[in-house]
Amino acid sequence: MLTEMPTKTVPDSKRAMIALATNPLQSGFRQATDRGGDSGGHGRVPSPSRRRRFAAVLPGFGTSAAITSLVMVALVVFPLSVLVLRAATLGPAGFVAAAWTPRARAAYAVSLGASALAAVISSALGLVVAWVLARIDFAGRRLLDALVDVPLALPTAVAGLVYSALYVKQGWLGQFLVPLGIQGAYSFLGIVLVLVFVSLPFAVRVVQPVIESLDRDTEEAARMLGASRAQTFMHVVLPAILPAVVTGFALSLARALGEYGSVVFISGNMPFKTEIAPVLIVARLEEFAYAEATAIAVVLLAMSIALLVVINALQQRLARNAQ
Amino acid sequence: MNIHIRNISKSFGAFKALDRVSLDVPAGGLLALLGPSGSGKTTLLRIIAGLESPDEGVIEEDGQDVTERHARQREVGFVFQHYALFRHMSVFENIAFGLRVRKVANAVIHEKVNELLHLVRLDGLGQRKPSQLSGGQRQRVALARALAIRPKILLLDEPFGALDAKVRVELRQWLRRLHDEIGMTSVFVTHDQEEAFELADEVVVMNHGKIEQRGTPDDVFDHPATPFVMDFLGNVNVFHGRVENGRAFWHGIPIDYPDYPHAQAREACVYLRPHELDLVRANDRAAGTNGSGQRSLLANVVRLTRNGAVIRVACQPHNSIGELHVDIPADAARDLSLNPGEQVSITPRKARVFVPDLEYVI
Repeated sequence: MLTEMPTKTVPDSKRAMIALATNPLQSGFRQATDRGGDSGGHGRVPSPSRRRRFAAVLPGFGTSAAITSLVMVALVVFPLSVLVLRAATLGPAGFVAAAWTPRARAAYAVSLGASALAAVISSALGLVVAWVLARIDFAGRRLLDALVDVPLALPTAVAGLVYSALYVKQGWLGQFLVPLGIQGAYSFLGIVLVLVFVSLPFAVRVVQPVIESLDRDTEEAARMLGASRAQTFMHVVLPAILPAVVTGFALSLARALGEYGSVVFISGNMPFKTEIAPVLIVARLEEFAYAEATAIAVVLLAMSIALLVVINALQQRLARNAQ
Repeated sequence: MNIHIRNISKSFGAFKALDRVSLDVPAGGLLALLGPSGSGKTTLLRIIAGLESPDEGVIEEDGQDVTERHARQREVGFVFQHYALFRHMSVFENIAFGLRVRKVANAVIHEKVNELLHLVRLDGLGQRKPSQLSGGQRQRVALARALAIRPKILLLDEPFGALDAKVRVELRQWLRRLHDEIGMTSVFVTHDQEEAFELADEVVVMNHGKIEQRGTPDDVFDHPATPFVMDFLGNVNVFHGRVENGRAFWHGIPIDYPDYPHAQAREACVYLRPHELDLVRANDRAAGTNGSGQRSLLANVVRLTRNGAVIRVACQPHNSIGELHVDIPADAARDLSLNPGEQVSITPRKARVFVPDLEYVI
């Protein structure tokens, strides 16, 4: 039995995660500067109203900015700097020789291609799942809602093993699919499958609260004005949720690019075919070629950052337009 | 286009929102559905719009049964309380939306939208986003958008509810003039009696999913059909008393009530409107009897409050715990120069008596 559901509450903890997730590249630091710009903090006495405004939300701008910077430096900037420095020991020629080999280029292509495809699929599926969870009340909805987060908690290696067991020739699904020519294991398709599995929660959780907060009146208004369901979705609903869908896409892509554990079990890791960049990095590490491994990592990192910057710019443009 | 509503019922779970409601809206009329929240007025409006379907009953427009007809095909304009504008579209595109989905030619759309922008006095603001407009302007965009599809019926759900007092008054006077110009059958929902009385030809007072009374503002105010209507129309002093032999008694003051000629005493409610009571200083006129029985009541002034053009005097009758409110014109109050604690004499000019379940007794 399906009934329309007026509102739904998301647990606070989940909301917090979503709030963090909605804008991956916008750090708290930048937000703080946008708001006040007054870093005087302790030395100068700010106007009473301004001081009260900060005090209500944060434990003082100076302190929180310091904590944020420290966290970012310790967790992100410092390790990445070490990575780049280590790669730099190769010198320009050595770097290219290590990171731009035909095998490495093939691995980047597999990584980016599979991740992009998985992110597209996750965004589309995530939109449907989020819509169902946010809008339709049915028996077992809460269970389904909880299931969405499972891929985040499960060790991804387990997912990789289970998927490959399912899709190999003797597997439950493989015995039907392989005769049809569909290779779910040890193939590009297999990589995409597990990447969808690990990235879907992000695509769902970013879009779901936005759908929940949609103004239903606008959909009714569109209907009253004669719009069909499809027209209402395309012209009224989609523009409002598109920024969130794009953010979900960015997060899914980032998650998929960094995935290792599940892919290593399902892809077969055949160089030039199903070898992803992270697997190649580990292969280099096993050869004790640390500098070469970091060189590949630096290229992967640069590609990821470039992609995320572009997507984030697109997301911001859409969000501005949706206001 | 006229609307006939026959025996409409609608429940949401265990809650009965509408209970066999019948209503006629004459073509070209402007009707207000007035009632407290939960009275079913918005549900009734949404059923007329086709946004909800009734559990039972029939809706006819110009004699045609439209009960099963989808909102898309009703040719009804609907204005939402919180505007429901499309935030990502410009004002122009908002108004054009209904025409765009009908695949109207671009040139025609431009002409019509500019016409409507002029009608709602938003010339030159077509390229703005809704977020760049004030509340009153947004509601006018919503109205223009609803009118763009040339609806046969215009429905407005608390159209001024989200606006501040001054804008609300301006906008409803403007809407009344607009209605007189275009003469479209219109129904609006409100919980504000002032709004209903100022704007509507006829007022339908609703409570608990039923229509309590329908009539012109004068009818409803001067001849309330039920205690609820009397009460809801505001500012009423309610007292519980007794009725017997064609007379009810309020603090010993007799009030004629010929509908109940029986000797057996029965509980009744006495309703007194604050502006239908006379108030004088107690030492100016002796309270108590004047031949035919007691006519006025002694009370102490508790407080005086300014209420628009009148002064509201809250009084404490000597033999009662409830307060009694009396409205007197501001200049009369100045002449009286009353102070809290002073004794006054109150005489009802008009009183209404309602006996619960009268039919049951007879």
